[in-house]
Amino acid sequence: MLEEKIGPWRDETASKLELESGSRVAVIGGGPAGSFFSYFLLDMARRLGIDLRLDIYEPRDFSLPGPTGCNMCGGIVSESLVQALAVEGINLPPTVVERGIDSYVLHMDLGSVRIDTPLREKRIAAVHRGAGPRGVKDTKWRSFDGYLLELAMGNGAHLVRGRVTDISWKDGLPQAKIQGGPPQAYDLLGIATGVNTSALKLFEKLDLGYAPPKTTKTYIADFYMGQETVNRYLGSSMHVFLLDLPQLEFAALIPKGDYATLCLLGHEIDRPLVQRFLDAPEVKQCLPPEYRVPEDHCHCSPWINVQGAVRPFADRVVFIGDCGVTRLYKDGIGAAYRTAKAAATTAIFEGISAEDFRRHYWPACRAIRADNALGKIIFAITRQIQKRRKDRGGVLRMVSREQRTERGPRRMSMVLWDVFTGSAPYRDILLRSLHPFFLGRFVWEIIAGIVARIWSINGQKH
Amino acid sequence: MENGALGKVYQDSQVIVRQGEVGDCMYVVQQGRVAVVQERDGKEVPLAVLGKGDFFGEMALFDREVRSSTVRAIGEAQVLTVDKKTLLRRIHEDPSLAFRIVQQMSQRIRELDAELVRMKASVLSLE
Ligand SMILES: Cc1cc2nc3c(=O)[nH]c(=O)nc-3n(C[C@H](O)[C@H](O)[C@H](O)COP(=O)(O)OP(=O)(O)OC[C@H]3O[C@@H](n4cnc5c(N)ncnc54)[C@H](O)[C@@H]3O)c2cc1C
Repeated sequence: MLEEKIGPWRDETASKLELESGSRVAVIGGGPAGSFFSYFLLDMARRLGIDLRLDIYEPRDFSLPGPTGCNMCGGIVSESLVQALAVEGINLPPTVVERGIDSYVLHMDLGSVRIDTPLREKRIAAVHRGAGPRGVKDTKWRSFDGYLLELAMGNGAHLVRGRVTDISWKDGLPQAKIQGGPPQAYDLLGIATGVNTSALKLFEKLDLGYAPPKTTKTYIADFYMGQETVNRYLGSSMHVFLLDLPQLEFAALIPKGDYATLCLLGHEIDRPLVQRFLDAPEVKQCLPPEYRVPEDHCHCSPWINVQGAVRPFADRVVFIGDCGVTRLYKDGIGAAYRTAKAAATTAIFEGISAEDFRRHYWPACRAIRADNALGKIIFAITRQIQKRRKDRGGVLRMVSREQRTERGPRRMSMVLWDVFTGSAPYRDILLRSLHPFFLGRFVWEIIAGIVARIWSINGQKH
Repeated sequence: MENGALGKVYQDSQVIVRQGEVGDCMYVVQQGRVAVVQERDGKEVPLAVLGKGDFFGEMALFDREVRSSTVRAIGEAQVLTVDKKTLLRRIHEDPSLAFRIVQQMSQRIRELDAELVRMKASVLSLE
């Protein structure tokens, strides 16, 4: 029993663990991390002439609308990921991308400003993870997760439609079992279950040294508006709100095909907070007058990873995507891609022992973790700006000025773009926002705002 | 073009990349087709027609030369730009990201080889 729990990595005499033709791989979870891992593992194995047998275990049917087919997220595929995937040969088709995003509009109590990318190009994709919200009238677009899973299957992955209910060890190999089926032994387990699952307990009990990520609750809702209304009120812009509401780190309204997705991130978002957000005039102005949120709209409160897992690897086991390490609040799908690729290249080119993963996979996770620490600082600064009217005014003035002029540096616009879209590492954003020109201009705009306000008050008095 | 098409729309004959200009990005065709032509002594020599999923302008990522050809839309085309800095940073982190670029480049070298052999063979047959 004890031996079954411990697994084989304590055996110091074990020869090098690696994948070879005929090796069997199980990927538990067919979300983005699982599908990317499978796709790239099989792709690289084929390049080297290694013939693998890979099973993806996934209970969800992504062709179904509503919660049964959905992995609950805002559905933004970041600029950096869209570009990387295009280079990989994965061009997201318009049958999956409901809307290409080319700009965002920042809303504050003091006003709103639209920020365009310098290239004015649609490089961010808005998708639904499943086949659309509950009650969707017409499934015009395909599920993003379903599309990725099909890509993996196109590369030779075999789909096992079922939830893994038990993991054990036998003769030094991990085994996965679904309800009603016998345990299946594998040479490697790629674990990609995300954090919205009870499966993480299965791995804790194996004594691998793995501790699951820390999480917090979020909120997502999909509002039906119809394509024309979405075009008219939201267009191809992501709408981001900097409101002074406690607990709220980030709020966005994302235009999709017929729907707008509301996404709230922060600390334990609850119903009263959601209501206060929806009642805010800055939010109401983005929706048609008299618009009432449909009573039966699809909404959920998924968990989000806010601190990565401890030791997301062991001999013959690697945790990828959300159940391992991901980016704080932004670009989780991009992090799933990065960790999946790092795990796949390690497994193919280096080996599948804990030591191989520690040396070659863990650095990719560690880089994301280190960047998240800087992300926390950025979000703390954003929270302060959210709270202080003078600072909000400074941001608005600076961005408005940059957007009015065709040429010249767009320092604040680009910093905000990267904070909101998750397109650049937090380290880059922090360095750019600590640049003396950036700080000097920001302080100048705050002072200019204060002076303008004093003048207008004095003007009113006289 | 649909709301969900990514990249930028180029109208028929619109130039996407101009020969002789300095470039700092590569492009991936998302929808439609584009023509690659080289201007020589005031004449245009057609080099290739590229379609969905093909990329061009990748040489600018690795050398600092000017663009070697002009690329134009054939009909309406939707093309995605990939920034040099973003891509090189990602390749630095994950060299396997360059596999497909190298694969396409080697494919082009094969095609050039075949073309060269054809040309040499026709010169030899003339002699
Ligand atoms: C409110 C919110 C908004 C977000 N917005 C964005 C955004 O706009 N852009 C972005 O890039 N990221 C966003 N994210 C993050 C993004 O959702 C995740 O980072 C991403 O889904 C991680 O992918 P994954 O494959 O690791 O996990 P998941 O997407 O959670 O997939 C896990 C899969 O594993 C399966 N599974 C679970 N248990 C088992 C089991 N026992 N057996 C077999 N299969 C199992 C599940 O069915 C699921 O399909 C958001 C997250 C939240 C909470």
